[in-house]
Amino acid sequence: MKSIIKYFKDIFSGLRSLVKGMAVTGHYFTHPKEIITQQYPENRDTLKMFERFRGEVVLLHDENNEHKCTGCSACEVACPNGTIEIIPKRIEVDGRKVKAIDQFVYHLQMCTMCGLCIPACPTDAIVMANTFEHAVFDRSKLTKILNKPGSKIMDGIK
Amino acid sequence: MNWLYDFSYLTGGIHNSLSEHFEPSTVTLIEMILAGVAFMILFAILGLVLVYAERKVSAFFQQRLGPMRVGKWGTAQTLADVIKLLMKEPLMNKNADSFLFNLAPYIIMIAAFMAMAALPFAKGLHALDFDIGILYVSAVSSLGVIGILLAGWSSDNKYSLIGAMRSGAQIISYELSVGLSLLTIVVLTGSLQFSTIIESQANGWWIFKGHISAVIAFIIFLIASTAETNRGPFDLAEAESELTAGFHTEYSGLKFAFFFLAEFANMFIVSAIGATVFLGGWMPFHIGGWVGFNNIMDYIPPIFWFFGKVSFIIFLMMWFRWTFPRLRIDQLLTLEWKYLLPVNLMNILIMAFLALMGWHF
Repeated sequence: MKSIIKYFKDIFSGLRSLVKGMAVTGHYFTHPKEIITQQYPENRDTLKMFERFRGEVVLLHDENNEHKCTGCSACEVACPNGTIEIIPKRIEVDGRKVKAIDQFVYHLQMCTMCGLCIPACPTDAIVMANTFEHAVFDRSKLTKILNKPGSKIMDGIK
Repeated sequence: MNWLYDFSYLTGGIHNSLSEHFEPSTVTLIEMILAGVAFMILFAILGLVLVYAERKVSAFFQQRLGPMRVGKWGTAQTLADVIKLLMKEPLMNKNADSFLFNLAPYIIMIAAFMAMAALPFAKGLHALDFDIGILYVSAVSSLGVIGILLAGWSSDNKYSLIGAMRSGAQIISYELSVGLSLLTIVVLTGSLQFSTIIESQANGWWIFKGHISAVIAFIIFLIASTAETNRGPFDLAEAESELTAGFHTEYSGLKFAFFFLAEFANMFIVSAIGATVFLGGWMPFHIGGWVGFNNIMDYIPPIFWFFGKVSFIIFLMMWFRWTFPRLRIDQLLTLEWKYLLPVNLMNILIMAFLALMGWHF
């Protein structure tokens, strides 16, 4: 007797779970506003990329063309595949020689966008930007120098 | 506009004008060729429309947009696919049995064609009105499994063979449920002829007139016919994740297109049978006694009723496919032999009792 009850219970619970599943997909079908697909090249002007999307490493500059990078190379060490290359130079501040960056070289073609360099930076000089249109016709254009020409380190950053 | 409501005006007109010029035997020959061409055109249109519908519907079920680039809303996508398939190279394995390999897609197509011939599309639009219509259609539509088995056997590929064997086990099991669920309604109609079955639904469709029994039979028919057409969640025969593409792994180009087309044609055929037997075929929605309401419903031509009902069932089958996960082979056979078949047999018994007591409407 028990097995007979179980048999019919199985049928009804099975049917109920199927209907539940169909309700979920039916909701998707009847709510086309919830569609996630982006019509990319057409909506290029209105497209807003997600804030946490990791597209490339940028060195932040303020309006005086100053950045926070001290040239400590912590990001270069943290990078697992040698994407970042810091070329340092010595500059004279208050009569003594201090280490600073000459060139912050960033090889986009090697970057896996893991983002390990961002927390490694002691002065929060670099961030991940959410740009994504990186296609170029020449591979050499992927090697970027992140510090703008003529930029210098902010005052008070050591 | 009379011909839209009763196609015998149109077909009778063609027949009369042909009879004036030719002998009766020639007339029959010409009419057979005309019907064949009409079915071929219907096949091509069905393929184009259903593939597009399937891709769009599946996209919306998964919160995607589906094809959008070729034509407005991607409407020309399937046309582009057809051109691509026609230009592909027909490949064959070195050790494949070339005769059977080439024969298999045609067997599947022929089975679909033969089943299509007996379907009533609208009033007077009915190529062959057998008095054993349902028996004929269910017999012929299961011929397709021979094509699938041949395709798997001759491909010289282990995945094809496994897919074909699974498909054979599946179709032979589920054929029973399809037949028995149709029999449940045949108990009420007392006839296997499609035209009689449709006429018997002039005062209401069997799914409404046949109480809960007809509803159960309809659900069983939906499940079993989905399995019979090898569609998800019963698509073990071509389970992409395990068998690459199952029995048609080794096919390319036009022959692959035939398998693809036959799948959609079979889906149309089982939906048409379901619509005819349970939902009244081309019969408009009638409620016994409501003359005014019935007259309003009669203004919609029967062919729209038929295709509307068929597309409703096709939509249900697509809904199943894009919602449920695929069954394992043992679960598949458990479902059929332990659940569907006993329930079906009980259901037939109840229906026979109802019909005997005259408790149906």
